Amino acid sequence: MEVIRSMIQDVNVVKLVGDLDGSTAPNVQAEVMLLAVPNVKMILDMSEVSFMSSAGLRMLLVLYRTIISKNGKVILVGLSEDIRDTMSMTGFLDFFTYLQTLDDGLTALSS
Amino acid sequence: MERVDAYPTHEYQGFKLRPGKPFPFGATFVPGGVNFSIYSSHATSCTLVLFNKGEAQPKVEIPFAHEFRIGDVFAMIVFDLDYENIEYGYRMEGPFDPQQGHRFDASKILMDPYAKAISGRDVWGKPPDWEDIYPYRSLLVFDDFDWNDDRPLGTPMEDLVIYEMHVRSFTRHPSSGVKFPGTFAGIRQKIPYLKELGVNCIELMPIYEFDEFENSHVSSETGETLMNYWGYSTVGFFAPKSGLAATGKLGMQVDELKALVKELHRNGIEVFLDVVFNHTAEGNEKGPYISFKGIDNKTYYMLTPEGYYFNFSGTGNTLNCNNPVVRNIVLDCLRYWASEYHIDGFRFDLASILGRDPSGYPLSNPPLLESLAFDPILAKCKLIAEAWDAGGLYQVGSFPAYGRWAEWNGKFRDGLRKFLKGEPGLVRDMAQRLQGSPDLYASRGPTASINFITCHDGFTLYDLVAYNDKHNEANGEGNQDGANDNNSWNCGWEGPSTDPGINSVRTRQMKNAAAILLTSQGVPMILMGDEVARTQNGNNNTYCQDNKLNWLDWDLMNSQSELFRFYQNVIKFRLAHPIFRNRWHLSNQDRVGSGYPDISWHGTQAWNPDWSDSSRLLAFMLNGKQARGGMVEDDDIYVAMNMHWDSHWFELPKLPEGKHWYIFTNTGATSPEDVWEIDHEPILDDQNGILLGDRSVVILVGKYSK
Repeated sequence: MEVIRSMIQDVNVVKLVGDLDGSTAPNVQAEVMLLAVPNVKMILDMSEVSFMSSAGLRMLLVLYRTIISKNGKVILVGLSEDIRDTMSMTGFLDFFTYLQTLDDGLTALSS
Repeated sequence: MERVDAYPTHEYQGFKLRPGKPFPFGATFVPGGVNFSIYSSHATSCTLVLFNKGEAQPKVEIPFAHEFRIGDVFAMIVFDLDYENIEYGYRMEGPFDPQQGHRFDASKILMDPYAKAISGRDVWGKPPDWEDIYPYRSLLVFDDFDWNDDRPLGTPMEDLVIYEMHVRSFTRHPSSGVKFPGTFAGIRQKIPYLKELGVNCIELMPIYEFDEFENSHVSSETGETLMNYWGYSTVGFFAPKSGLAATGKLGMQVDELKALVKELHRNGIEVFLDVVFNHTAEGNEKGPYISFKGIDNKTYYMLTPEGYYFNFSGTGNTLNCNNPVVRNIVLDCLRYWASEYHIDGFRFDLASILGRDPSGYPLSNPPLLESLAFDPILAKCKLIAEAWDAGGLYQVGSFPAYGRWAEWNGKFRDGLRKFLKGEPGLVRDMAQRLQGSPDLYASRGPTASINFITCHDGFTLYDLVAYNDKHNEANGEGNQDGANDNNSWNCGWEGPSTDPGINSVRTRQMKNAAAILLTSQGVPMILMGDEVARTQNGNNNTYCQDNKLNWLDWDLMNSQSELFRFYQNVIKFRLAHPIFRNRWHLSNQDRVGSGYPDISWHGTQAWNPDWSDSSRLLAFMLNGKQARGGMVEDDDIYVAMNMHWDSHWFELPKLPEGKHWYIFTNTGATSPEDVWEIDHEPILDDQNGILLGDRSVVILVGKYSK
């Protein structure tokens, strides 16, 4: 699993590449959590995540809870249909704002 | 602060270990590892068997060291497991001595009775690997679901309208239009339908892990594969059935079911589970080893003095529910579902078995039933008994209730069915049933009575009015299976008919049933699909049919919109009128000085019902001033039932000055005048009486004009 970080204006864009599962989630969490500073604006670009396990879903929710508790914002973009369905059926999607593309996410966070 | 027990003390073949904690039983995440705990009263030793997910052979077998055992419990922490990719089981050593009740066999790998999820039947109907040395595998499960502020709804029992459904049947039909047919997620997508219908509780037929392939075989009649479709045969009591979850193949069935419960709650709908504790899928001495049989056969099963299995369930074995160990696992299980899944209530299949002692005799004070009734975690859960078993115990009205237990009221079903088909000699019985069966539940109140005319066992409502006899040929047993006492009437032709006369009587009879069910005191239960005339082609025992005999055809919503609308309105009517939802029995007296008894009885003449055996007519009036024992004021209600084949004029009781009768329902009228919207009921032209057509029900509302 690869984590590609970039700043676009004041938005932390984190692109995840690969499978998000029990073996990769802890490292991703450790790395992304460093960005969860107060008032952070974050976009998680999931367009190149091919598989997400239960541990992956939990990592996302922990990240969400952390960011919200610090008055930050996080948006998911680029969810594949499979992953969106899985997240929806298991209730995780209810917590997140999710948009189609990175540009959609940037627009939403700049307004 | 870091804990001392986050560090291993032992090692076995590269796996780091530590003595575990006996509590809680099952597999639990602890810092750095997983605590495995399992007990057996008669095993001499135990080995933990770990598999990498889906692999044929174990990755390691770790014996429980001597110091890992306290009492009869084996407990061990294993560190550094990739818990998403682990399947675990146990081997137990002990005596093989069937006469003494012991059947230990260390060649078998056994599922954890406390497994929170089970793999092996991940996708419904996918043929299993019959050679698998460990076919139902225990999985590790996260128990950190985010419920926000959800909790069990706590809807008062008397306010419930229960909808009994099978998870797969509800949305499996291609016409359902859901994205993942036949699953928990499918139900979630159909919540708007449940709301539109107006029910506020769904009762799910078994969702504990079961094996749809148990006893599966090809029908000689139809060539179709017959399955253990309903699922009344438990593999694991703590695990939701993976094949009922769209995400089961990902091992996320736990989250999917919790997400469904949460969403139903958000929509005001409670969730009951139909739970099967009377027997397991291990069958008798010829059945497979899954779990209990190899862990502690003598403790978990009721055995004859010769060591054979008692068969009070009709399915091969009987769980030994009043053994203290078994009692505890049942209690642990229900507590788990109530706390972890926010389940609102439980319906116990063949519950009378839970009141038998270890040698099979009915107990007058069964400890299990008492424990459940007084348990703090289950304190607000509804407990409902199917108050009979296959061993001849019939306890409707006498189930040990401890002020808590309600019952499926089989007498309501039988009485209403006979009355509906026009049998004589039923009016006295009906008077009891309409009042919540005070003859059966004098001290328990009407909420002890779950009223129903149909349930998964037996005919659907449509089949009840379309078939005189069962037609179970598709089950492959020469039509010998299923009940014969259906109390049904086909309205003049066996099976589907093109005769408009016959069809109109059938529709009317279904409306009559709905009207009587929903105006009776007690708790009404509707069988999935009855609101749209679902048929099973006369099959009254579709336990094995994974096909359109069971699947709800959503196109019926179009063709049966008249019946659906009728159901919708009578459900709304019930929920709008507290007078139907009394917590305590009516007294048949005037307790508030209103000039009317709380319930009064009428016939073709007001105040003069015909109680004779030849009578097929009955009417009652509920006094609005005495709704809920006089705590609230409601309208007056009058319900007249003419189950005779001729029409009859019913004289109406006079209302207090200023009130008038309005007509809510007349099943004898043509749609849309068969039922009216609440508060749009037209005033009755003749306030002195009303003509009821043959086999018709009328519901009137007595209120002040606006």
